Amino acid sequence: MPYTADKPKPKESSAQLRARIPGWGVDLDPKDRPSVPRERTDLVTGAHWEFPERQEEKWPRERSVEHRFLTPVFGTSTPPAGLSGMMRKVAYRYSEGRAAHWLILLAADRVNAWESHLKSFISLHPDNPITETGILSEFSRHGLRSRFGRKRADLAHQWIDPAIAAGPWILVGGGVYAIARTLARRKT
Amino acid sequence: MKAMVYRGPYKVRVEEKDIPKLEHPNDAIVRVSLAAICGSDLHLYHGMMPDTRIGMTFGHEFVGVVHEVGSSVQNLKPGDRVMVPFNIYCGSCYFCSRGLYSNCHNVNPNATAVGGIYGYSHTCGGYDGGQAEYVRVPFADVGPSLVPEWMEEEDAVLLTDAVATGYFGAQLGDISEGDTVVVFGAGPVGLVAAKSSWLMGAGRVIVIDHLEYRLEKARAFAHAETYNFVEYGDIVLHMKKITDYLGADVAIDAVGAEADGNLTQHVTSSQLKLQGGSPVALNWAIDSVRKGGTVSVMGAYGPMFSAVKFGDAMNKGLTLRMNQCPVKRQWPRLFEHVRNGYLKPNDIVTHRIPLEHIAEGYHMFSAKLDNIIKPLIVPSAS
Repeated sequence: MPYTADKPKPKESSAQLRARIPGWGVDLDPKDRPSVPRERTDLVTGAHWEFPERQEEKWPRERSVEHRFLTPVFGTSTPPAGLSGMMRKVAYRYSEGRAAHWLILLAADRVNAWESHLKSFISLHPDNPITETGILSEFSRHGLRSRFGRKRADLAHQWIDPAIAAGPWILVGGGVYAIARTLARRKT
Repeated sequence: MKAMVYRGPYKVRVEEKDIPKLEHPNDAIVRVSLAAICGSDLHLYHGMMPDTRIGMTFGHEFVGVVHEVGSSVQNLKPGDRVMVPFNIYCGSCYFCSRGLYSNCHNVNPNATAVGGIYGYSHTCGGYDGGQAEYVRVPFADVGPSLVPEWMEEEDAVLLTDAVATGYFGAQLGDISEGDTVVVFGAGPVGLVAAKSSWLMGAGRVIVIDHLEYRLEKARAFAHAETYNFVEYGDIVLHMKKITDYLGADVAIDAVGAEADGNLTQHVTSSQLKLQGGSPVALNWAIDSVRKGGTVSVMGAYGPMFSAVKFGDAMNKGLTLRMNQCPVKRQWPRLFEHVRNGYLKPNDIVTHRIPLEHIAEGYHMFSAKLDNIIKPLIVPSAS
């Protein structure tokens, strides 16, 4: 078909689609679409305050520097603690527009994981990689059959994913080892 | 109480935790009767979302029974059966008063770029989520709604995010009668977005994925024309070929941060976390839609930068529309659609997993085992 002004016609007419697909066109009129227009000021939210009462701050709650104040309501899951907590407090000195903010938080997440794994080994509930990864479902939920002969795009890289994920850790480990070895040689 | 707890990338377990306490006069404590794992929970599970702390309980899709209410709560009482939108919002700030509930400015001290979400890292406010026996629900007079008596619990839990988000995604496409809509991703959100496109008068709905069993569901649930991108060397070129070389009128990204199909994007985002997400589906959407068309982004991305093809979007004069869904705004109309049988949310449920086995649930969902599409989590107390 040459490039003309016509809009390509669907294979089925609106009447055919209405007959075949339950509900076809019931929201054709934008007035029936709840998010049209995007902003509406006539919605009743249930709020009976102009500004909410403030939740008690039980520890110095970390907050984005892009906020003027601590929001009146906030989550209280997992307060920052340990080395990862110190890193998080540093991260919150940077605005959300700075990569440093997010990269330090990501690094703190990894440190937090190691802190918790190590701590768990001196507790009555040590981490168990078998149960916590749910890896046994590979056997009970058809791990092989779910992957092979199925044209899955992720099969092409699954074999190398662990090596890629471990790469940065190996590099850091190698770097630490090299520095330690250099320092040890200097002493002798 | 028993609760799912994050133990680091690819590791979760169930622990005993204290039942949450009222921390604000408008809080409620809800005993969870049914929850779900969302595709976006996998970004947390894979360690992609900054400030995801060890010990946090995930879960932003849940329904339950009110256990306790704070002193200022007027609209709920203990014993009420409620569905809770994934957005935590105050109902009174600049954004809430304009209907942008997902952008509330009063609930997330950790970031201004996103509102509050249950169980979705400290970047989304640091609230524990509903993959547990009990959960704290802030602003109980604003967020939760009573579950209609006629509604099935499984339908209700899916309306707290996946169904509302898919429906919202189709609305952002600004679909006109006879439009061709291409949906990238045949997960729960993509399936509902595809089905909703018909409700808005689409003339043709195409769904792209690489999981055959999900494409099969897209044909059955959403009456869609489907393509497995693995079978085509270049899925964008194929989209052009089947749309008279113009492109689709509307494209919807229902995949988000862990899209597959490009090794460089996969390595730099999903594996090395150097991007906020792998925008493969978004780039395909940008390139598959016609000039002057609309791209609706429903897939979730992290706050870091991503390698998105903005040059193509600009040169094609595209309209890019996106947001986290303001869930409760969708409910009155969605309730009608569910009651009329136009949308059947629980058709996409494939697995019902006891909370005690949630680690297997996460692994199955992450590895896409056993033809999984939507896993529900059943707390033992329910």
